[in-house]
Amino acid sequence: MLRYASMRVLGAIPTLLLVIVIAFIMVRAAPGGPFDAERVLPPEIERNIAHAYHLDEPLPRQLLRYISGLLDGDLGPSYRYRDYTVSELIGSALPLSFRLGLIAMSLALVLGVGTGLVAALRKNTVLDRLLTGIAMLGISVPIFVIAPLLVLGFAVYLNWLPAGWSSSSGISRYLLPVFALALPQIAFIARITRGEMIGVMASDFVRTGRAQGLGTWSIVRYHALKPALLPLLSYMGPAMVGILTGSVVVEQIFGIPGLGQLFVRAALNRDYTVVLGSVILYAVLIILFNLLVDILYGLLDPRIRRR
Amino acid sequence: MSTLVALQQLGSQVRRSRVVLVSGGILLAIGVIALLGPLLSPHSYLDTDLDRRLLAPAFAAARLFGTDDLGRDLFVRTMMGVQVTLLVAVVASIVSLVIGVLYGAIAGFVGGRVDALMMRAVDVLYALPFIFLVILLMVAFERSLFLIFVAIGAINWLDMARIVRGQTLSIKEREFVDAARLIGVSPIGIIFRHITPNLFGVVVVYMTLTIPQAILVESFLSFLGLGIQEPQTSLGALVNGGVSQMEQATWVLLIPAGLLAIILLCFNFLGDGLRDLADPRKQAT
Repeated sequence: MLRYASMRVLGAIPTLLLVIVIAFIMVRAAPGGPFDAERVLPPEIERNIAHAYHLDEPLPRQLLRYISGLLDGDLGPSYRYRDYTVSELIGSALPLSFRLGLIAMSLALVLGVGTGLVAALRKNTVLDRLLTGIAMLGISVPIFVIAPLLVLGFAVYLNWLPAGWSSSSGISRYLLPVFALALPQIAFIARITRGEMIGVMASDFVRTGRAQGLGTWSIVRYHALKPALLPLLSYMGPAMVGILTGSVVVEQIFGIPGLGQLFVRAALNRDYTVVLGSVILYAVLIILFNLLVDILYGLLDPRIRRR
Repeated sequence: MSTLVALQQLGSQVRRSRVVLVSGGILLAIGVIALLGPLLSPHSYLDTDLDRRLLAPAFAAARLFGTDDLGRDLFVRTMMGVQVTLLVAVVASIVSLVIGVLYGAIAGFVGGRVDALMMRAVDVLYALPFIFLVILLMVAFERSLFLIFVAIGAINWLDMARIVRGQTLSIKEREFVDAARLIGVSPIGIIFRHITPNLFGVVVVYMTLTIPQAILVESFLSFLGLGIQEPQTSLGALVNGGVSQMEQATWVLLIPAGLLAIILLCFNFLGDGLRDLADPRKQAT
């Protein structure tokens, strides 16, 4: 197991480096410097600015400087908000996004697995068709369509929930963003769970259980649930990516001051260092999470380790 | 099995699948209306009219979908958005198709160490957080339709390459490939003349599944303001505009959002339906 885990960790490092190098080169290859949008400056001052931000060094040197900064958690200064470093900006935005994402992911797992199980155990009934249809809708319709429709329904028409992110509305302001974020993942998880559960319920050991006189509930609880849910683990990586990209949209729509909003604003303002830092952070989160899932998979399913 | 026979078989199966017929028909209808609609309307997608802002949809004034916050005709803009959305999806899918088929066919046909290396590269690329790199690409360079095609094509070819490689592995064991080699056809000739035509069925089915993904990426970028630029528009950009107006004028949001949802649903049903038709195991049941 230790060998399997260390192989996985070693495998993740080149990917991480590749992301950093691609992202860094892309930003540096952009036509024009980061300060071009502003008024024309005398050449001496331009040189000074370039020197202060190390833009006058050769590219490999800049890259090394950036990577060694990364190891210290230093992502450089923001080009737009002059008084803040990128690390400070990201550090102040991250906790809120993290909280939203965590709640959404938990909600998606509970509701998705629940819905999938119900649909599988009531296979080919009206209820199953209805749930499968709703899941198809949740998978096909993008989050930037779902979220505004939720706002329109629950905030504008019914006036039950706040549409924005004012602190006066307390805990209720979490409901719509979290639900919007979780909905596509609920749909995916429900579809996977349904498929796996139907497969497991048709297998020999379940038939043996029935022959022994076990009730459906104890078969599900003690025999079928674990093998049916194991494949779900490999969906956790894509689910994480879905939640991260979704949070970019949801924070935009609800005006939530999290990482997603910071990222989009920086992208629209061409605040290169902030965009670069956010992309690398997103990449690190995704790669680390996938690594964690891989190792967990190896722990739970010994067959994986031997490959 | 030649390309023509494969096409005919697919055609006769399609006629028996209601899901494929209905979703394909709806998409065709939307495409035709989006192409012809703007020509029949007296309004243009560009003209702003500040006296006619946020008009509700009305049949009488040839304002089928009303107007937006700048008084631009929403019917023409929405149809234009559908055009751009479909165009991006189809072109981006063709980009990913060309790269994916070539890459997959070469890896599968050459085999051995080259294959292992090429597929390892796909694995590494697969682990990249592409959507964020695409956003970075849109930030760093001049945003244009061309860049959007390239960016989306660059994401989608990976799946295509894997599927094509798998198919190529089985095709290259067939007799006609041996025969071609025997009469001295070059490896490149075999890949182009004998292998790729036989990939047709799989590739068509798979392409209908990559199109909704391409639509999703394009509208996601445009929704954030990082994709298509004003005064041009796409469904994602129109939804974004609708979000800011929804408290005064719900139709500005509901019409493009609904159309985008319908288009994506139809493509997903179409792709699933075609895949079920092409999968012989599912046919037996």
